[in-house]
Amino acid sequence: MRRERRSVVANEKVGPYTLLRVDRGGLEPGIPGQFFMLEAPGRLLPRPMSLCLASAGELAFLIEAIGPGTRAICALEPGDRLAILGPLGNGFRLDVDRPLLVGGGIGVAPFPYLSERLGCPPAVLGFRSDWHAEAAALVPNAEVCVEPRLVTELMAPGQDVLACGPEPMLEAVRRLIPTAQLAWEAPMACGYGACYGCAVEIDGTLKRLCVEGPVLCS
Amino acid sequence: MLLNASGCLDALTAPDVARGLDAFVTKTVTPEPRDGNTPVRIAETDVGMLNSIGLANPGIDRFLTRSLPALAKLGVPIWVSVGGFTADEYAEICSRLDDHAEVAAIELNVSCPNVESPTQGAMEIVASARLATRKPLWAKLSAAVPDLTEVARAAHDAGADGLALINTLRGLALDERTLQPALGPAVGGLSGPALKPVALAAVYACHRATDLPIVGMGGVQTGRDVLEFVAAGARHVALGTVLFADPDAPVRVRAELAAELSARGYADVDDAYATAHAHALSTATT
Repeated sequence: MRRERRSVVANEKVGPYTLLRVDRGGLEPGIPGQFFMLEAPGRLLPRPMSLCLASAGELAFLIEAIGPGTRAICALEPGDRLAILGPLGNGFRLDVDRPLLVGGGIGVAPFPYLSERLGCPPAVLGFRSDWHAEAAALVPNAEVCVEPRLVTELMAPGQDVLACGPEPMLEAVRRLIPTAQLAWEAPMACGYGACYGCAVEIDGTLKRLCVEGPVLCS
Repeated sequence: MLLNASGCLDALTAPDVARGLDAFVTKTVTPEPRDGNTPVRIAETDVGMLNSIGLANPGIDRFLTRSLPALAKLGVPIWVSVGGFTADEYAEICSRLDDHAEVAAIELNVSCPNVESPTQGAMEIVASARLATRKPLWAKLSAAVPDLTEVARAAHDAGADGLALINTLRGLALDERTLQPALGPAVGGLSGPALKPVALAAVYACHRATDLPIVGMGGVQTGRDVLEFVAAGARHVALGTVLFADPDAPVRVRAELAAELSARGYADVDDAYATAHAHALSTATT
């Protein structure tokens, strides 16, 4: 667990999302699906973000501005510095035979890095609008659908599913493929097991997503 | 002495952070295991955060067989935070901790805002615990009472060896979009910088009311904050919410404190102890 103050290299808009590139320094990119706690300027608590891209010398995060913390992070400009802690949690298992990435909305954030590590497997991605679907350009080999079509309609049977997206999507994916690896999300204060804030009830038991997840398998 | 506030660090998942402290305070242990409250459990506010964890813990049996032996290997003195719903429950846990040499002290959490309050008064709990253990007993109090100094004096009379001031204060945050409570259980405990003036006032008042040593906590972010708590009358200071944002806080805060003491010409932290009362004392005697 390493925390460093790093510099923003670029802030790029991808549809409604922000791709924030920072210089990597001594931080390791970790395993796809792991996450980092990003300092949100002017706010008390950092925000958890999975790694989107691990280009040489950089770490990049795809962020949706949905509240004061993510808005502050998305407003960072090249040269601004922020503290980054990570990588944290458990990522995806990569020892799969026939991977299929299933993502929804900002849940596609970890897929560019995951796709790279898995050799660009097929992906099915769902978004609420064409504007949001611009993020699909970051994921190679992706088939895209926009609401009211659902991403589960694009899933073929017999594949090793790795999924990230809103909870109803993850539940629907799990009903179809009980063995799917699912990356969950919850508000977190610390990201390293201290606050017990990110406990979510999965299959009747409460799990701390930051240390037992965020990727969980049935 | 620098500690963590109970519930703000898991020494078994972050042992290096715990080793940066002079003592590690556990999450509150109750007689039975508790899953804790329904998510969502945390929400940030403009100058603080709310939590409603609800004393999630493995219960005293598993704590003694699994957690305590592992904690003892850290090489950091262990303070166990104890909770319950009756004075007897507190006493039972204290009695079971009494024989464990690895437990340096017990903090009685009589002030958690996120569970139903104990049915008996804080002082009855302290008195029962006192009969059950020879360990140092620290009473963790809430500032949400009409006169905290009365409670502090009563804790002293009931046999407390020290005071831990303060616990979180009950607060509410609404989701900016839906205007519904941000937390699953609606209200939670407010911590962070918003709490600091309240906590300082509590330490200041209780230092004047009793001669019990005090662990001060509430919104400590920097070495300067630690110095303020010491000046107000705290012998020890605990880091809480700051640990969530910065696991390196123990190391950073110590360095900042050393620089603050040196810049102000204090030989050491004891030299700054209770200095905020000097003015009041001189006013009282003239």
